[in-house]
Amino acid sequence: MAFGPHLFLALLEGLVSAAVLSLTALGLSLVFGVMRIVNVAHGEFFMLGAVLAWVTSSMLGGHPALGFAAALVAPPLAVGAVAWLAERLVLQRLEYNPEATIVATIGLLYIIQQLALTFYGPEARPVPPPFNYRILLPWFGYSGYKLSIIAFSALLLVATWLVLTRTKVGLLMRATQYDREIAQAFAIPVGRVYAGVFALGAMLAAIAAVLIVPISQAHYLMGHDPLLLSFIVVIIGGLGSLRGTVVAAILIGLSDGIISIFFSPTLAKMVATLAVALVLVFRPQGLFGATAR
Amino acid sequence: MVAMTPLLETRGLKRHFGGLKAVDGVDFTLMPGEIRAVIGPNGAGKTTFVSLVCGRITPSAGTIVFQGRDITNLPAHRRVRQGIAYAFQITSVFPNLSVYDNVALPVQRTLTDGRSQKALREGAMEALQRTGLADRAGVPAGQLAYGHQRLLEVAMGLALRPRLLILDEPTQGLSDGEIEDFVRLVQEVASEATVLLIEHNMPLVMRLAHCITVLDAGRILAEGTPDEIRENVAVQQAYLGTITGEAAA
Amino acid sequence: MTGEVSPLRVYLLHAAIILALFALNFMLPPYHHGLMARIMVLAVFAMGYNMLFGYAGLLSLGHAMFFAAGMYGTGLAITHFGTGVPAAFACGIVAGAVLAFAIGLLALRTSGVAFMIVTMMFSQVFYLAILYFAAWTGGDQGMVLQQAARVATLGPLVLDLSHPVGRYMAALALFAIALFATLITVRSRWGRVLVAIRENEERTRMLGYDTFANKLAVTVLSGTIAAAAGSAFALLFGYVGANFAAVQYSILPLLWVLLGGAATTLGPLVGTVVMYYVTDTASSYTSAWLLIVGVVLIALVLFFPKGILGTLRERWAGWLP
Repeated sequence: MAFGPHLFLALLEGLVSAAVLSLTALGLSLVFGVMRIVNVAHGEFFMLGAVLAWVTSSMLGGHPALGFAAALVAPPLAVGAVAWLAERLVLQRLEYNPEATIVATIGLLYIIQQLALTFYGPEARPVPPPFNYRILLPWFGYSGYKLSIIAFSALLLVATWLVLTRTKVGLLMRATQYDREIAQAFAIPVGRVYAGVFALGAMLAAIAAVLIVPISQAHYLMGHDPLLLSFIVVIIGGLGSLRGTVVAAILIGLSDGIISIFFSPTLAKMVATLAVALVLVFRPQGLFGATAR
Repeated sequence: MVAMTPLLETRGLKRHFGGLKAVDGVDFTLMPGEIRAVIGPNGAGKTTFVSLVCGRITPSAGTIVFQGRDITNLPAHRRVRQGIAYAFQITSVFPNLSVYDNVALPVQRTLTDGRSQKALREGAMEALQRTGLADRAGVPAGQLAYGHQRLLEVAMGLALRPRLLILDEPTQGLSDGEIEDFVRLVQEVASEATVLLIEHNMPLVMRLAHCITVLDAGRILAEGTPDEIRENVAVQQAYLGTITGEAAA
Repeated sequence: MTGEVSPLRVYLLHAAIILALFALNFMLPPYHHGLMARIMVLAVFAMGYNMLFGYAGLLSLGHAMFFAAGMYGTGLAITHFGTGVPAAFACGIVAGAVLAFAIGLLALRTSGVAFMIVTMMFSQVFYLAILYFAAWTGGDQGMVLQQAARVATLGPLVLDLSHPVGRYMAALALFAIALFATLITVRSRWGRVLVAIRENEERTRMLGYDTFANKLAVTVLSGTIAAAAGSAFALLFGYVGANFAAVQYSILPLLWVLLGGAATTLGPLVGTVVMYYVTDTASSYTSAWLLIVGVVLIALVLFFPKGILGTLRERWAGWLP
């Protein structure tokens, strides 16, 4: 394949990663934006989504599309429930103290990960995609399913944006983000908003995982890379900024995809992580975010 | 009249926060040995001004000269070592450490004879005795009554043996009896150090201060002896002219 | 920390612990003997972490890089340059100190959550670098240090570090040095300054202390102690591996210190001992022993934030350093 088409292929692959990454990172960003805490277990919510997708689709049998449709609904809801529970039982009791919540979410990470190891096992298992349509471009054939991931993610992002900016629920979330004490004074049930936001963040990660699992496989350690990449996206894009998150996800997803094809993935990750650490040191508000309130 | 070098001089000192001009061109001179009070309505820029002097905030423009040295770009901790001590407006002691440990820290900072544990102990107890806190040395500072915490704040400033002691609303929340003790303490301190005092308690200011500087909207409105300030129409208007002023005398 | 505490009691307690560990050398069956040697080395790592976290109040999520710097500094010196044990140990320590200084200069410009994330990321970069330069470091597989290379000669003294007793004694010696070093630091004037920075940094700054320089100093101390542990681990157990630079080895010292009691000198040892035996038992039943780590972390942070010795100190023994 000539260089041009090769690059185009890399771009498409990058867009697919970016699509999944923007959903995942958005979940992390919302949680930090509204609750001001860092959820280190975010990658495990992602993994849980993928694992439960396998469980759902293998339980349902029949046409893969059926199993997949169910997997789009049931696992995210389940993961949201787990997150909601964790928030009520643990995070709320810690009064969202930044250091304590990081330690607690590290604990949560290990619990979820190791429970997956115990019940799901150490193997990687595939989930069949709902359809196998191949789109024939002049230079190569490309999976129609992958393209649908991009479309579906874009849809979900727009939907989330609409919810945040146009609905009452979104207004409650933004009010709580802006000033927690004043929100309480206005009888906004801050505790419930927080639980909801935490669950929503987890569900976004879970859906992203369900989307990607027909392409990669479900494995109990698969939460590690999405977590790291989400961190990078959120830091570069500015914590709490939706627009920044999406732009950064596209940037990172594309460059990760392109760089990984031409260079060693390890080197790519190394450079990316180092760059982001330096951004956080010298420009903590990221490229888009405002300085933290 | 012997011409003395001023202890502290600011020239054109400015500090803006976005559009807000908290300190807007202050030329201020302080002579050694003075007890100077800085008064003014809320939002006049008093705390911002002293924060600029002690280095907690950096100026937007202007210079600060202390004992003949330009300290405008000197970081806060170095200014403390030059001899400027600041007692916080909102009490900022170490609540989980004992009262003794609270004053031991500044004493430790100033000790030049190095290792002597005895000198450290003496220095700390002396600071506590002057402020009447000696019998509470072992108590965690957070458990002290509010008035005593304010005194601890002052004790820590004293323990630094400063040339310039800046007190930011030190008597806020103190009882009348405690205020009397405080007045005596400041008069005693003034024999060794220059005192710059932000206060809202007018009778106290009139009694203690040698000279008063009135700030309003980031600028010096008036400066003079307590009697001069009391008579000053512009000062009266600044306090009473807005919605509710704090009545001066 | 009032300085009024009888120092004799404190030093006697610590000396007694060392003596007890010494006596254990002769009493423990082989399996536990080896385990205890490992525990002591890791407790040194925990003590280094405790200096930064417990006393200075800075929560790092990247200490694995300092441990690994010591480990690889030593491992590379022996494998590629054939240095003797003392020189290799020195290499490891210097590597840790230099890395801690560089990281400190950068990371200390941030605080709180950002500091945690930055340290975690720098540590991740270090880990990836070890994998990337596999030609030198052995990458994923790591390197084995031959027995012959692990014989320490200091003049007429010869100590075979691969021999169980030699290993145990070397671990004990390192532990004792680190323990007394932290004890002396913590009870010193500088120790008081560190605690002050932890309690109220702005106030400490306004008392004339250069808080950045102080934090940098304790970061270097912390990193150096961690590197010493890493170096010792390589020398005593003969293996240098990338997994010691992975994020897990940044979480474990946090866990050990939290469990044993942050800001106590003996807490790190207690935490390491307890956790090691708990996970050792657990891993004989299941490969998912990290689950216990997760549960303990959450339980600690919810119900026992002061840890074992911290709670003990609060309730009964206020004189414990």
